[in-house]
Amino acid sequence: MTWSENTLRNNPVRPDGTAPHRVPTASVTTVIEPPHGWKTLDLEELWCYRELLWVLIERDVKVRYKQTVLGSAWAIIQPVMMMIVFSIFFGHLAKMPADGLPYPIFVYAGLLPWTYFANAIAASAGSLVGSANLVSKVYFPRLVVPLSAAGGGLVDLAVAIVVLLGMMIWYGVGCSRNLLMAPLLIAGTVFIALGVGLLLSALTVAYRDFRYVIPFLVQLWMFATPVVYPASLVPEHWRWLLFLNPMAGFIEGFRSAFLARAFDWTALGISFAVAVAMFAAGVAYFEKVERRFADII
Amino acid sequence: MSKPAIKVEGLWKEYVIGPNPGVGQTFREVLTESVLAPVKRLIGKGAASAPEERFWALRDVSLAVAPGEVLGVIGRNGAGKSTLLKILSRITPPSKGRIEIDGRIASLLEVGTGFHPELTGRENIRLNGAILGMSGADIRRKFDEIVAFADVGTFLDTPVKRYSSGMYVRLAFAVAAHLEPEILIIDEVLAVGDAVFQRKCLGKMGEVAKGGRTVLFVSHDMAAVQNLCSQAIWLDAGQLRLAGDAGDLIAAYHRAGSAQTMSDLLKAPRPSWAKPYIARAFCEDAEGRTTARFAFGESLTVVMSLQVPAGVEIKRPVMGVVINHAMKGVVGGVNTRMTGFNGAPAKAGDYRYACKLSPIPLLPGNYAIDLWLGDGESNIDHVSSAFEIAIDANDIYGTGKAPFGHLGVIYLQAEWSSRRTVETDTIVV
Repeated sequence: MTWSENTLRNNPVRPDGTAPHRVPTASVTTVIEPPHGWKTLDLEELWCYRELLWVLIERDVKVRYKQTVLGSAWAIIQPVMMMIVFSIFFGHLAKMPADGLPYPIFVYAGLLPWTYFANAIAASAGSLVGSANLVSKVYFPRLVVPLSAAGGGLVDLAVAIVVLLGMMIWYGVGCSRNLLMAPLLIAGTVFIALGVGLLLSALTVAYRDFRYVIPFLVQLWMFATPVVYPASLVPEHWRWLLFLNPMAGFIEGFRSAFLARAFDWTALGISFAVAVAMFAAGVAYFEKVERRFADII
Repeated sequence: MSKPAIKVEGLWKEYVIGPNPGVGQTFREVLTESVLAPVKRLIGKGAASAPEERFWALRDVSLAVAPGEVLGVIGRNGAGKSTLLKILSRITPPSKGRIEIDGRIASLLEVGTGFHPELTGRENIRLNGAILGMSGADIRRKFDEIVAFADVGTFLDTPVKRYSSGMYVRLAFAVAAHLEPEILIIDEVLAVGDAVFQRKCLGKMGEVAKGGRTVLFVSHDMAAVQNLCSQAIWLDAGQLRLAGDAGDLIAAYHRAGSAQTMSDLLKAPRPSWAKPYIARAFCEDAEGRTTARFAFGESLTVVMSLQVPAGVEIKRPVMGVVINHAMKGVVGGVNTRMTGFNGAPAKAGDYRYACKLSPIPLLPGNYAIDLWLGDGESNIDHVSSAFEIAIDANDIYGTGKAPFGHLGVIYLQAEWSSRRTVETDTIVV
């Protein structure tokens, strides 16, 4: 079809001054104007770039263990080694309570979402700077980059969950309909990781200081989260404070799902609310500064 | 169709320059300033931060590109060509102005953007295609064509880090060449690969250009611009200097030359032994116009003026000209003595020496000229890089193919001939 055969369809100009890059219709009008103020997330455009998101995730997963001898076994070795170390120090030597569960499986069930969360934050925070050549040479919704960085970790999480299922059989715990909650809990973890990751990735573009903040932040955050200890260790009237940290709710929830304990619905509710709020804040800030990236990266 | 494919109205782009461009401050400064600023304002010290240095990369550029038009964008380095392309590609936003683009747009500011060395050729085609905005179905449909064009053969499933640089570039260009947008923006991506592949790329670009697509083509290669583009615009220091027919515009561009065509050399840095007698130097074209910019194959005259102070006599003046290339070193040199030219003895006063080179024996590129002055066997003055000249590519053979800069620096005036030396069909077995 030649250009002149197309019927022109003028898309209404949105407040951010851009129009979709690639929509299925043959002709589109793109308007480019200086950025002003906050803009809303352009889901339609993001959907058009789903192929790119998928390809980037695939790239991250493929590349991660290239030229390693053990390959994807690393996805298991890391959390398993952590579990062993924590079981020796906290479980065996410090006699950390584990809500009546065997400490290894207790800590492993907590380590999985935590490891995903910590890796996803670190990966997405550094992703834009790591893709500087893309950002300064090609147009696409920048959101794709940190999203794909956080998405790649899900594969490792899936592999690690297989080990958890094996441990559940070994220890003879879990296997209840609580398991049905697992996808929702993982989704919540992804949301909070994205919220934090998007914010940090956008900040890292302008201020490389955040590269040094992230490892430190993750370490502190881990102690504020019941990963190696149970939430029940915290006095009951202070526990709501613990659950303001959404990862606390999700990790406790994760244990309930996989280890057949009762859910703390209030805690989960708070966690979900905070996670969604943080995600929205992360997206909003990212979208606000997105168009400046190429100039300052 | 009267509606233009690309309409740019009053486009301005400002960059903040300084140690931390675009940010201006470290995070610590932002934090401390946000705390201290109100305090400072209270005690009447005013805002403390120094004004950032800014510059306008584009100033009030307006243009319209008709559908199907192939528009060349020319201008010196730093004229704003790349900035214009980056804004049109939506990589960076404009500071002022408005652009309307009618139709799907894709831009190639670089070949091989996003190629990952660890991934195989096959995987990189998918990755690069997706980055350039192709859909999964597009990529699958064009896959075989891309592989054939790239000619990487059995290396398709080898990580691209094991590719030769030629193969790498061929694969990268192949993906890009199979984009099918309505509007295509290209920035000098042709300057890749070996001569054979360059020709293939040019051919492909010509195909794209003639296929009714709207193309914006930025290049230093005047031969390519002349060959591919019907219309052109000339950017100079962020402003639109001229727009019009590509051929006319390129001619005007050649004539204009650079602003610093004449150098005052009395204060130029010199070796300690040198006496500053070489006062000025510049270049003239065939028509005697002062310029520093020449079309490939033209003639060039180096003009030096000599100021001999009172009480000094140069008995046997020898003037020398040496041409240098930044990367490839000394290209050639000539002086009056070796060519048998004897200037009159020089006493106090001004003298003019001219050295005509016809045609300029240089391939397109930038060259620096050194000047020498001697008296018989002894050196008197030497100015290194007295001035620079630029040789622009030009369709000298009338074939649309200029010699490539990487074929060295010397322009070979070749005369070809061929004949049959063995007539096999007449040999009777």
